[in-house]
Amino acid sequence: MGYGDVQMIDENGNRVDGRKAGDIRPIEIELGVVPVADGSASVRWGTNYVIASIYGPMEAHPRKIQRQERAVLDVRYNMAPFSTTDRFRPGFNRRSREISKVTAEALESVVLLELYPRSKIRVEIEVICAEAGTRCVGLTAASLALADAGIPMTDMVVSVASGKINDVVVCDLNKEEDNYGEADLPMGVLPNTGELVFLQMDGDLSPEQFQEAWDYNMDAAMKIHVLMKEAIANKYGGES
Amino acid sequence: MSSSGASDGRTSAASGSLVIPGDKISTEIDGKLGHGVMKLNGSIIATKLGYVVEKGGELSVTPLHTAYFPRPGDLVLGYIEGMRANIWFIDLGAPFNAILPMSLAPMKVEFGATRDAMNVGTAILCRVQEIDESHSSVVTMKGMGLRKVNSGFVDSVAPHLVSVLSSGNEPIINKIKDSSNCRVILCANGRIWVDGEPEGIRIVRDTLAFIRENADSDKISSKVANYLNKGNGE
Repeated sequence: MGYGDVQMIDENGNRVDGRKAGDIRPIEIELGVVPVADGSASVRWGTNYVIASIYGPMEAHPRKIQRQERAVLDVRYNMAPFSTTDRFRPGFNRRSREISKVTAEALESVVLLELYPRSKIRVEIEVICAEAGTRCVGLTAASLALADAGIPMTDMVVSVASGKINDVVVCDLNKEEDNYGEADLPMGVLPNTGELVFLQMDGDLSPEQFQEAWDYNMDAAMKIHVLMKEAIANKYGGES
Repeated sequence: MSSSGASDGRTSAASGSLVIPGDKISTEIDGKLGHGVMKLNGSIIATKLGYVVEKGGELSVTPLHTAYFPRPGDLVLGYIEGMRANIWFIDLGAPFNAILPMSLAPMKVEFGATRDAMNVGTAILCRVQEIDESHSSVVTMKGMGLRKVNSGFVDSVAPHLVSVLSSGNEPIINKIKDSSNCRVILCANGRIWVDGEPEGIRIVRDTLAFIRENADSDKISSKVANYLNKGNGE
């Protein structure tokens, strides 16, 4: 059996972890998990576990990064060395730089940066346990942490990925599906307007498959948005 | 997050309900807008996590967390963080340090002798005099009650709790003053100066700790009153 020949979905549409094509993994959200931060959130998404912390707004240093008309978002995505089965070499690498950059750009679409000229808002995303889709979990956690820190935003950002396994489009890929699947389409969605702030694609999808993956992501984003609201209501005592 | 359906996917939130950024508060966009709300696509949405407040025709969101941003006229407690020959840099707990020019100090200071007058770490009561659009602020110590803080104790609460402590017919801060028999100055940046007998200071510190723990709950005012009546949790 060669690479890509792994059977990951049976004739009844059951995936390796028992989910159907449109199902997402179980999600648990908690706010205020880092007391020393200005805002924080943790997200357990399947076996993924990610903590995001917000510090600031603070004076931007070094001064050359200051923008006179708005704040800058300093996003740092990092995977802990023990977050994967093989030890992950600590420190910044090309992948973490890329994810930090796309996360910052997605968040810049919603954060009202013009309210904080010359400032910096530090967003720290730490992956404690990685399964698959950590960039989506990190972006979702960062959005929650920003809300927890009282940073003004026009909407939350919910991120989720769909992909293709054995020529079938499925939602929210797990580790095996991510490793042996044929395509991956992570998206960042503003749940109140349905606008898109983040889109990447790895592999090939036909236009029909792309549309199917898009629809799965949009549906999943709305479900996750409800979970976010419930988690915030549980923490701060509102009605959900 | 009590809500009713809306055609554009957003949900409308009622006054007093908990909202998160992006939640629709109202479709009537003619009213006044307060803190934590903005007009977007023909409706008023929340931009912060907090509770919706409708008061005198003005819609706003009382945030659960927020950073302190100085406003002209604010009474603040700051710490000297550095100095040059003729100015001090003051940490107000805001994203940017304020400056205190030698000319706005309460005492006569020779050029180059700023460190002798007030060294790093000195706590001062001052007032925000001016602030520009890029958040550079100037504070003054010329005014009644503005001075170096040489005695007592400084505690703090989150800046968004200052209005909770000082508003209403019977402000919580007055109840704390009455119960502890201490001199208490509540500053806009959330720092609180307390001076008095050790037992009184203990009462204030315990009450402020209680407020910090219960800050997100409803009816905080009556809870604090009960706490003080019970003898500060003893």
